[in-house]
Amino acid sequence: MASALPEPGVAARARRPIMWSRLATTTLLYAVVGLSAFLMVFPFLWLLSTSLKSDGEALMIPPVWIPNPILWENYQRAWEALPFGRAYLNSIYIAILVTLVQLLTCAMAAYGFARIRFWGRDVIFVLFLATLMVPFQVTLVPSFILFKQIAWVNTHLPLLVPPMLTNAFGVFLLRQFIMTLPLELEEAAVMDGANRAHLFGLITLPLIGPGLAALGIFTFLGTWNAFLAPLIFLNSSELFTVPILLNSFRGLYNTAWPLVMAASAISVIPVLVVYVTLQQYFIQGIALTGLKG
Amino acid sequence: MLSRRAKDNLAGLVFVGPQLIGMLAFVIGPMLYAIGLSLYRWDLLSPPMFVGLGNYAEMVQNETFWKVMRNTSYYTVGYMLLNILTALGAALALNRIRGKVFFRTLFFMPVVTSAIAVSLIWLWMLNPQFGVVNTFLRGLGIAEPPRWFASTAWAMPGVILMSAWWNLGYNMVILLAGLQSIPESLYEAAMLDGASHTQRFTNVTLPMLTPTLFFVVVVTFIGSFQVFDQIFIMTNGGPADATRVMVMYIYSLGFQRFDMGLAAAVAMVLFVILLAMTLVQFRLQRRWVFYG
Repeated sequence: MASALPEPGVAARARRPIMWSRLATTTLLYAVVGLSAFLMVFPFLWLLSTSLKSDGEALMIPPVWIPNPILWENYQRAWEALPFGRAYLNSIYIAILVTLVQLLTCAMAAYGFARIRFWGRDVIFVLFLATLMVPFQVTLVPSFILFKQIAWVNTHLPLLVPPMLTNAFGVFLLRQFIMTLPLELEEAAVMDGANRAHLFGLITLPLIGPGLAALGIFTFLGTWNAFLAPLIFLNSSELFTVPILLNSFRGLYNTAWPLVMAASAISVIPVLVVYVTLQQYFIQGIALTGLKG
Repeated sequence: MLSRRAKDNLAGLVFVGPQLIGMLAFVIGPMLYAIGLSLYRWDLLSPPMFVGLGNYAEMVQNETFWKVMRNTSYYTVGYMLLNILTALGAALALNRIRGKVFFRTLFFMPVVTSAIAVSLIWLWMLNPQFGVVNTFLRGLGIAEPPRWFASTAWAMPGVILMSAWWNLGYNMVILLAGLQSIPESLYEAAMLDGASHTQRFTNVTLPMLTPTLFFVVVVTFIGSFQVFDQIFIMTNGGPADATRVMVMYIYSLGFQRFDMGLAAAVAMVLFVILLAMTLVQFRLQRRWVFYG
């Protein structure tokens, strides 16, 4: 669906020189875009190339593009050097649990703000608005002290509970979606004897699917890639998520670049496969949340 | 039997409850705690000592604090210029070619990749001796290419370059969506009036894109002041504090020097800056953003 700028009406009647310059411009445009795309992807290609080299080959100048021989065993060595399997399980269960529960609590709050007239609603809503301006970085130190006092440090709880229960942006986004739904649907259901739980679970939730999908993708991705929170709250390597394990891997093998790159690739490849498969949802999600935010 | 109003209050509480509890416990609570904490001297071991505005006084007299402020501003300006201009250029180019979905997929790829993975790749690519970037520069005839993260002058440009690459796709996708929402009829009308290519750009594209551009500028600014992950991994704030930015500073005060009060005071400054910039930008928005 290429919706290029409309061609000027005069183009059809254009004289030859103009057509040639148009052709030249188009060629140049494709050349620039192609080169930029190559530069954007290059770091990933270089990651892959380095991850399959020997330590000596990685340091060769001029650089070797295609490793010879191709050392697939780098991946096995990296995987076995640190508990990657464990880290993967930790990352997967944390990301899934956070995403599902956060979607539910956000949708519930969004429904409450959009459809129920309760005491203090508008004040509480403004309070939610205000919390959008408080990033995690600002509350880093007090959060750490609080979690230390309730013995949550070095457990998964600080990575699970706060994100499950706090996403003011998600509440807004879903509220916007719910506001656009016609009230008649719910009124008809009430006639048939539906209660609040029915209205929320059976009527509203199915209709805000696109909003839930967009929010879910970014919550999942954000949780999966999170660095600062697990860095601060986790000490034992058996609790580590993939990014934090990769960080400690770097510390252990800091000059063995092929091994470090193989470990990075192990963390990157699954995410990129999922992304390329679902890319239209990622992009739609960003356009949706970005522009509605 | 409950009255309808009481029922609604109860239902509201049930539905909003989980997020309300979360907000109070994990945002408002820690925020208020941070304000209090910034008035104390505390290393988590000995009892906290009330020092009033002592932490703030110490902060503004501290050479490192001002260096951190300069570094953060340097990063913000460099990153915003590079990231937004390249994202805008990419969006304008992609809006005019076939194969848009293919190129968009490639440009967006770094955005979904974790900070640690992309930082390790760039650490390797920008290695002064064996990195592919410097090998390329030497090939161009530059005998002494930058020493990147080993040099106080080039560490920050390296961080900016990597960060702009990492997030280019995000802003590009938003700007592309903005471009695509400009109605064709406006271009048709402009052409009937005989507007040239340049005139169509400055009189149709640019004004219609201002709401999107504005959004991009605000979000990118706020993100720049919160930068941490890639700097922590690639330079750890060095060499010689050349890349120590605000969140790095808060981290090292709180979790390495265990000066919780001073860390909280710097966090308050970060909060006030973000708040002020958001408010200023929303005032400016009324003046120069055109809503069609």
